[in-house]
Amino acid sequence: MQDTLLEVKNLSVDYETDEATFYAVNDISFKLNEGETVGIVGETGAGKTTTALAIMRLLPARTGRITGGEILFKGEDLLKKPENEMRLVRGALISMIFQDPMTSLNPVMTVGKQIYESLEIHNLEHKSKQQLEERVDELLELVGIPARRKNEYPHQFSGGMKQRVVIAIALACEPKLLIADEPTTALDVTIQAQVLEMMHDLKKRFGTAMIMITHDLGVVAETCDNVAIMYAGELIETGRVEDIFEGTLHHPYTKGLFGSIPDLETSANRLHPIDGLMPDPADLPTGCRFHPRCSQCMEICKTTHPKRVSFNGHDIVCHLFTEGGAGK
Amino acid sequence: MTPDKTQEQPLLKTVALKKYFPVGGGMLHAVDGVSLEIAKGKTLGVVGESGCGKSTLGRLVLRLLEATSGEIYFEGRDIRKLSNEEMKAVRPQMQIIFQDPYSSLNPRMSVYELIAEPLIMNHVCKNKKELNMRVLGLMRTVGLATRFVSAYPHEMDGGRRQRVGIARALALQPKFIVCDEPVSALDVSIQAQILNLLMDLQDELGLTYLFITHDLSVVKHISDEIAVMYLGQCVERASSEELFKQPKHPYTKALLSAIPIPKLRPDRKKHIIRGEVSDPIDPKPGCRFSLRCEMCKDPCMGRDVELKEVSQGHFVACRMYEEPGFADDK
Repeated sequence: MQDTLLEVKNLSVDYETDEATFYAVNDISFKLNEGETVGIVGETGAGKTTTALAIMRLLPARTGRITGGEILFKGEDLLKKPENEMRLVRGALISMIFQDPMTSLNPVMTVGKQIYESLEIHNLEHKSKQQLEERVDELLELVGIPARRKNEYPHQFSGGMKQRVVIAIALACEPKLLIADEPTTALDVTIQAQVLEMMHDLKKRFGTAMIMITHDLGVVAETCDNVAIMYAGELIETGRVEDIFEGTLHHPYTKGLFGSIPDLETSANRLHPIDGLMPDPADLPTGCRFHPRCSQCMEICKTTHPKRVSFNGHDIVCHLFTEGGAGK
Repeated sequence: MTPDKTQEQPLLKTVALKKYFPVGGGMLHAVDGVSLEIAKGKTLGVVGESGCGKSTLGRLVLRLLEATSGEIYFEGRDIRKLSNEEMKAVRPQMQIIFQDPYSSLNPRMSVYELIAEPLIMNHVCKNKKELNMRVLGLMRTVGLATRFVSAYPHEMDGGRRQRVGIARALALQPKFIVCDEPVSALDVSIQAQILNLLMDLQDELGLTYLFITHDLSVVKHISDEIAVMYLGQCVERASSEELFKQPKHPYTKALLSAIPIPKLRPDRKKHIIRGEVSDPIDPKPGCRFSLRCEMCKDPCMGRDVELKEVSQGHFVACRMYEEPGFADDK
């Protein structure tokens, strides 16, 4: 179970438009072992979805550009694959769940047909139509939808049910890696709890590795083994979930994120948000990208980009740690 | 009503407020007999999942939507009985902040025009100079830098747009503000900034809030009292602390246990309710939650369950607390 499934090395992605170049993802690296879940956490515009799309090679064709790095999936660089081979990877080996189930399903196709479609494209064993239909029924039951509803259209389902259909499509070919981009953000809490529980069970059952993209630290605590905190296109802190939630050393941004969430168990009168805003990806600050908002900013932070410091697999990219003073 | 509250008149009070929408299949019971009250300077949080009628409730108390039946008392007067002319005099005192600051601001108006609009409409300022002073003053109050005075909504981020929305709501010096999911569209760090701002404003200006949200951690943070809604009805109402410490209604319990907590191994058991919200069109009498409720028994059906006070200031609409021995013979 400890084999590396996916390794992203020094990946950079730009979006180029007529007016400006947006540096969406800047030199990120992370590893994911088989069967494990890594959570990518960050605010809007941090580059989470761009990272996911780059792995799937689904960046918008005209503007999105991978400017460097490697994406090794089972040792093979996905970036070197021609498009026709990549099509065999998508859906079969790596699949993705998008945030909004309302827009990711085809409104004029029955849900059964949409699941069938994915099975048919990746039907390498030349199963009969009958067998594939049986598999559709099986998948629907698996995600908790009665198979008799397979001839219904997406609008006949509620939001939570639609997200279950999307998950059924994603898992149809039993992929090795599932990328879930904010899978429960559009759902109510009680439905979110149902969907997360189901994803957890299915992941265990199929041994699927998962990249969970979310802004909700609660979801991360419940689902992930590893966590990567993303800010302005960089992974500023990575580590085991225990390091992030229970460790004492943290990047100031991570501390800010935790300080922004109202705590349910204790009652604080004021929240401690991070001042200021996420920088513009077309005009990133020099040195540490976080320095204009950082309460512990030093002179060196304004000019020099900090190096990664590792504490037993818990990595932090911050000058506070490079200067020998561990987490002042 | 608790005895110690009767001396002080609540700023806002609703009695059996109902709103039915006619739809193809019958009547959609969006808000179905909600009675609540908010004391001056306090915040009542309204939580519930999508479609439970919380936004409709917010609009009803402002008379942006006309209620089907029921009473709404604002400072002791039933505002549903007021004429249009009389209502006009009351409206400046009751304002609303919307969820999505992008779609609630006119994209072709600058920040100055947006904030000045309510002041001009209500002839608050005598001259241009006074108007300028007021607009800039409001921008300062909500923490908007004056350099944004001629910016348009699309030039600002969500947090700043929401500050414009708040400035507009504050322009006429209201006593009461309905906050309809004001932070749901914002990132956590910005969300925290806006929540702090709303709480500071309440302290400074003595505002009263009806705070509508689906986010339970936000509602706990900002509210003095919380009302939990399910399918148009208020199923539980208690002080914020009490509700989180001792939730009584099975739905509240399920809702609280469904929130993902940003801690490893939180010391609580996860309890996931099955099924989804049932149809709000002509619901059968009886407890609306009964179809998803594990404790459900025969007496839950057939007769609507009323909100009863089970302990000081803690109201629950559940048969379990009405009939002693209900839970025992299970």
